[in-house]
Amino acid sequence: MGEILTNAPAEPAGAVTYATADGLLASVWLLVAIPLVSAAVLLLLGRRADRWGHWLGVSAIGVSFVLGLVSFFQLRGLENKSVELSLWDFITVGDLRVDFGLLFDPLSALFVLLITGVGFLIHLYAVEYMSHDGGRRRFFGYFNLFVAAMLLLVLGNNYVMLYVGWEGVGLASYLLISFWQDRPSAATAGKKAFLMNRVGDAGLAIAIFIMFATLGTTQYDEVFSNVGALTGGTVLVLGLLLLLGATGKSGQFPLQAWLPDAMEGPTPVSALIHAATMVTAGVYLIARSNPVFSANTTLQLVVVSVGALTLLMGCIIGAAKDDIKRVLAWSTVSQIGYMFLGVGLGGGAYALAIIHLLAHGFFKANMFLGAGSVMHGMKDQVDIRRFGGLAKHMRTTWLTFMMGWLAIIGIPPLSGYFSKEPIIAAAFGRDDWTAWLFGGAALLGAGLTAFYMTRLFVLTFHGPKRWTEEIEHPHESPKLMTVPLILLALGSIGAGFLLSTSVPDWLTATAGLGGEHAEHETVLPHIVITTLSLLVTVLGVGLAWFLFRNGTATAPQPAGVLVTAARRNLYTDAFNEAVFEKPGIFLTRALVFLDNRGVDGLVNGLAAAVGGGSGRLRRLQTGFVRSYATSILTGALLVVAAFLAVQAGWLA
Amino acid sequence: MSNFPFLSVLTVAPLVGALVVALLPRRRPDLAKQVAFGWSLLVLVLSVVMWIAFQVDGDRFQFRESYPWIPNWGVHFTFAADGIALVMLMLIAVLVPLVILASWHDAESSKRSVPVYFALLLVLECTMIGVFAAADVFLFYVFFEVMLVPMYFLIGSYGGHQRQYAAVKFFLYSLVGGLFMLAAVIGLWVVGGKTFDWQALSQVDISTGTERWLFLGFFVAFAIKAPFFPFHTWLPDAGGAAPAGAAALLVGVLDKVGTFGILRYCLPLFPDAAKWFAPWALALALIGIIYAALLAVGQNDLKRLVSYTSIAHFGFIGVGIFAFTTQAGTGAVLYMVNHGLATGLLFLVVGMLIARRGSALISDFGGAGKLVPVLAGVLFFAGLASLALPGTAPFVSEFLVLIGAFTVNKPVAVIATLGIILAAAYVLWMVQRTTQGTLNPALTEIDGMRRDLNLREKVVIAPLVALIVVLGFYPKPVTDVINPAVQATMDDIGRTDPAPSVVTTVQEAGR
Repeated sequence: MGEILTNAPAEPAGAVTYATADGLLASVWLLVAIPLVSAAVLLLLGRRADRWGHWLGVSAIGVSFVLGLVSFFQLRGLENKSVELSLWDFITVGDLRVDFGLLFDPLSALFVLLITGVGFLIHLYAVEYMSHDGGRRRFFGYFNLFVAAMLLLVLGNNYVMLYVGWEGVGLASYLLISFWQDRPSAATAGKKAFLMNRVGDAGLAIAIFIMFATLGTTQYDEVFSNVGALTGGTVLVLGLLLLLGATGKSGQFPLQAWLPDAMEGPTPVSALIHAATMVTAGVYLIARSNPVFSANTTLQLVVVSVGALTLLMGCIIGAAKDDIKRVLAWSTVSQIGYMFLGVGLGGGAYALAIIHLLAHGFFKANMFLGAGSVMHGMKDQVDIRRFGGLAKHMRTTWLTFMMGWLAIIGIPPLSGYFSKEPIIAAAFGRDDWTAWLFGGAALLGAGLTAFYMTRLFVLTFHGPKRWTEEIEHPHESPKLMTVPLILLALGSIGAGFLLSTSVPDWLTATAGLGGEHAEHETVLPHIVITTLSLLVTVLGVGLAWFLFRNGTATAPQPAGVLVTAARRNLYTDAFNEAVFEKPGIFLTRALVFLDNRGVDGLVNGLAAAVGGGSGRLRRLQTGFVRSYATSILTGALLVVAAFLAVQAGWLA
Repeated sequence: MSNFPFLSVLTVAPLVGALVVALLPRRRPDLAKQVAFGWSLLVLVLSVVMWIAFQVDGDRFQFRESYPWIPNWGVHFTFAADGIALVMLMLIAVLVPLVILASWHDAESSKRSVPVYFALLLVLECTMIGVFAAADVFLFYVFFEVMLVPMYFLIGSYGGHQRQYAAVKFFLYSLVGGLFMLAAVIGLWVVGGKTFDWQALSQVDISTGTERWLFLGFFVAFAIKAPFFPFHTWLPDAGGAAPAGAAALLVGVLDKVGTFGILRYCLPLFPDAAKWFAPWALALALIGIIYAALLAVGQNDLKRLVSYTSIAHFGFIGVGIFAFTTQAGTGAVLYMVNHGLATGLLFLVVGMLIARRGSALISDFGGAGKLVPVLAGVLFFAGLASLALPGTAPFVSEFLVLIGAFTVNKPVAVIATLGIILAAAYVLWMVQRTTQGTLNPALTEIDGMRRDLNLREKVVIAPLVALIVVLGFYPKPVTDVINPAVQATMDDIGRTDPAPSVVTTVQEAGR
C-alpha cells in the first residue's frame, strides 16, 4: 500500500466507509459542547463571572483534552479507525441531506489532541498574561468559542459541518484580533482578516455546491467514494476552489496579507490561533480532501506551487521585519507553505505535512508565548531593535525560546529536523524537472529560515542592550507563564522524533493518507539532501550571527531594492490597495451618488408621470391619499378597459 | 381543533384590539401600551396553537374558511394557509409583541397620540395577517392595499427626519404597484371565469400572451413591494424615516408580501409566464444583491444602511424563487422568515442606539462599545446574522438558496455567492465605525449613551437572539412546514430538481 501511495499521481480512492461510533466514542460531541457551553456561560453571565471565569475557560479545555486523549486510545483499539456519529438532521430539503454529524478518525484525532493540548497550555498562560486586562473574562469566552469552532471544523463528517466550523473560527479570530477594539488598528486588522477569509470561504462554498450538483451529497464518505466518477475538469475546478478556501484560512498566497496584521491581537491569540491551530485548517482541508487532490496532477502542481511560493515569500519578508510578532507571523506563513508543499506532493508526503503541522504547533506556540513573555517583561515593546541581552534577565524564556529556534531551523535531534527535512526530500522526489524547482525552493527556504530566526533570536536575547529608557530591569515572567513555556519547549524537542515514527502508520487508516514513510526515488541521494539542508541551515545561522552579534541600529536603515520590497511585504499590500480597495471605494461612492440621483430620480419621475405631476410629491397630506386613490382607480379602469377590448377581440 | 376558524379570528383579533386601544383616553398612554402588548401576546398564543394544529403531511391548504362577500362578482372572504403562509403568520405573531415592547417610548417624542400609535401597530398586524391568510385574490388585493394605510401614518406621523416625504413616497410607490395589480386582478377575473377563488383560478388555462401580461401586472406590484432593483429607492427613505419598530415590521414582514405574492400568485397561476420571465427576474435579483450591498457599504445613516442590506437580501430571495428547485425555493421561504428575525433584530437594536444618541448618522458614533458593551454586542450579533454566519438562522436559508440555484444555474449562484463577501464588508465596517475604534468624545456627554440595555430591551432582544441561534442549528421544524408547500409550487410550474450530474456508485445507505 505504501508504495502506491507515496508518489503522485495516486490511485483514486476506493470506497470509503465509516463505522458508527458507539461506547465511549459516542460522546465525542462533548469535545465540542464543553468549550461551547463554557464560552456561552462566560459571555452571557457578564461581569458576574469576572472573578472565576478564566478558570472555567481553562478547565473546559482541560476536560476536553482528557476526553480527547481517552477517545484517542479508544480509537486505537478499533478495527475500522473511522467512526462517525450522526447527531441530528441539519438540513433536509429534497435530495439534499446534510447530517449534523461528527467523524472521529486518525486525522481528526490528531488535530483534537493538538487543539486541546496546546490549547490548554496557552489558556493556562493567558490566565497570567491577561491578568491585568479588564476584559479577561470576555477574552476567555472568545478563546473557548474558538476551540469549540476549531474542534467542530476538524470533527465534522461532511463539508457543510466543516464550513460551519470554518466560519466559526473566522469569527473567533476576528473577535480576538480586534479584542482591544478601541485601537483603530486592531479593529481594522480584524475586519481585514474576516474579509480576506470570506473571499476564501466563498470559494469553499462554491466547492460544496459543485459536490452537491455533481454527486448529490456533501458527506465525506460519499464524496470520496465517488470522486473517481468526476471528470478531470470538474475535479480541477473543485480542487482549486477548495484550495482558495485553504489559502484564505492559512494565510497562503494570494490571501496572505491578513495574517501578519492579525498580530494586533493579544499574544496568546497569535500563539493558538494564528500559529498553532486555525491557520493550519487549510492544510487539514487539503489533507482531508486528499481523494480529490490525488485525483488530478495539475491540481497537485498548483498546490505545490502555492506552497513553494509562499514559503519563500514568508522567509524573505520575515527577514526584513523588526516587530518580533510579525517576524514570527511571516515565519508561520512560510512554515505553512512547507505544509502546503507537503500535502501538494501527495502520497506519503501527506503524513509528512501533518507531522510538520503538529511539530510546528509546538515550537511556534512556544516561540509566540516566549515573545509574549519578552513583551511582558519589556513593557509591551515589540521592536527587536530595542531588545538585546535579555538572555541574562529572562533565563527560562531564553532557554525555551532557544528550543523553539533550534527546532524550527531543523537542528537534529529537535523536532524540525524530523518534520521539515523529509518534506524537502519529498520535494526532490517529484518525477520531472520540477523536482529541482521545488526541492531547490524548499532548500533555499531552509537557509533563509535559519537566517531570519537566528536574527530574531540573537537580536532579542544576545548582543548589547538597546532598551528604551523607561526599562530598568526586565523581569522573568511568573510561573503560570513559564510552565507552559517549558512544556512546549519539551514538545519542541521531542515531538518531531516521536511523531515521525508513529504518525505515518497511524494515518494510514485515514482514507488515502499516510502510507509508509518510504524512501522514494529522489533526484539526489537522500543523504546528500540531508547534508545540503543542514549546510544551508548552518550558513544561514552563521551569516545572521555574524551580522547581528553586535546588535543593530535602533532605527531602520536605508536599504536596497530587495530589503525595501521585503519591508513592504513585497508590495502585495500596495497591489491589493490599488486593485481592490481604491476602486472599490470609488465604485461605492459613485453608486451612492447614482442611486440617489439617477435611479431614484428616474423611477420617481416615472411614478410621478403615472400618478400625475411631481408637484404632488410636495403637496403633502391633505387629500393626498384620496386623490391618488382616485387616479389609481382611473388608471386601473383604463387598463381594464383596454384589456377587455383585447379579450373581446375588438382590437384583434 | 383544526375546525376552529383560526385565520379569520387571527385577522380580526388585532383589529378589535386596535379599536380598544384607540378608544383609550390619550392621558393614559401606559394603559394603551399594556393593552396593546397583552393583545398581541394573545394573538401569539393563538398562532402557536394554530402552528401545532397544522398538519405537516396534510393538505396543501389548511384551515380553509369561506364566507360570501359580494356574490355577484364572486368575491368571498376566503382564508386558507399553506406552509409558506403559516411560517409568515408565525413570524408576524412573534415580531409584533416584540416591536410593541421595543417601541414603548417611541411615540412619546412626537406630538401625536400615544394610544393611536399602538392602535396603528395592531391595525398593521391585522392587515399583515390578512394578506398572508387570504385565499381569495380580491381579498388579497384589498389587504395588500389597506396595509399601506397604517404604515403610512406610522411613518408620516411618528417618523423621524423627512418623514412626510418618505411616507408619501412609500405610499406612492406601493399604489403604483397596486394599480398594475388591480388591472391584473380584474383581468384574471375575466379570463378565469368570473371567480376570485385562488384554487379555481389555479386550474384555469390562459393563453400565452395574456398570461404574460397578467404575470407582469402582479410581478411589478410585488417587485416594488419587495423591493427589487430598480424599484427599491423608496425603501431606504421609508426605512430611514420610520420609527425603528415600524421599520422592523416594514422590512421584516411587509416587504415579504412581495416575495410571498410571487410565490403564491405569479408562479402557480402563471407558470409558463413565470418560466419565460425567470431570466429577467434572476437578473434583477442579482443586480440587487451586488448593487444594494455596495450601496450599503457607502451609507452613513444606520437605518438607511440596514434598508439597503435588506434590498440585497431580497435579491437572494428572488434568486431562490426563480431558480425553481426545492432547495432554492425552500431556502427563499426560510430566508423570508430568517430575514424577518435577523433584520428585525438589527432594526430594533439600531433603533435603541439611535434613541440613545439622538442621531442615526454613523459618523456621530465611534467607540460606542466602550460605553454600552452589551448593546454593542447585540448589534454585532445581529450583524453576524445579517451576513449569514453559520450558526445563525440566515446561514441555512442562504446556503439553501445558493446550493439550489447552483444545481440549475451556475453563473447566477456564483455571482450571488460574491454577495456574501460584500455582506461581510457592510456589516463589519458599520460595526467598526459605530462601536469600535477611538471613543467619540461627544458620546460621553450624552446621558443615554451611558445606559446599557435595560430589562425591557433585554426582553425584546432575547427571544429573537434565541430563535436565530436555535433555527441556525436546527431549522428542521420550519423547513418541514415549508417543504411540502414549496414542492407543490414546483409541481404547479412543472419543474423537478435535477438529478446529480454524475452517477454515483455508493448510495447514501441508511441516512
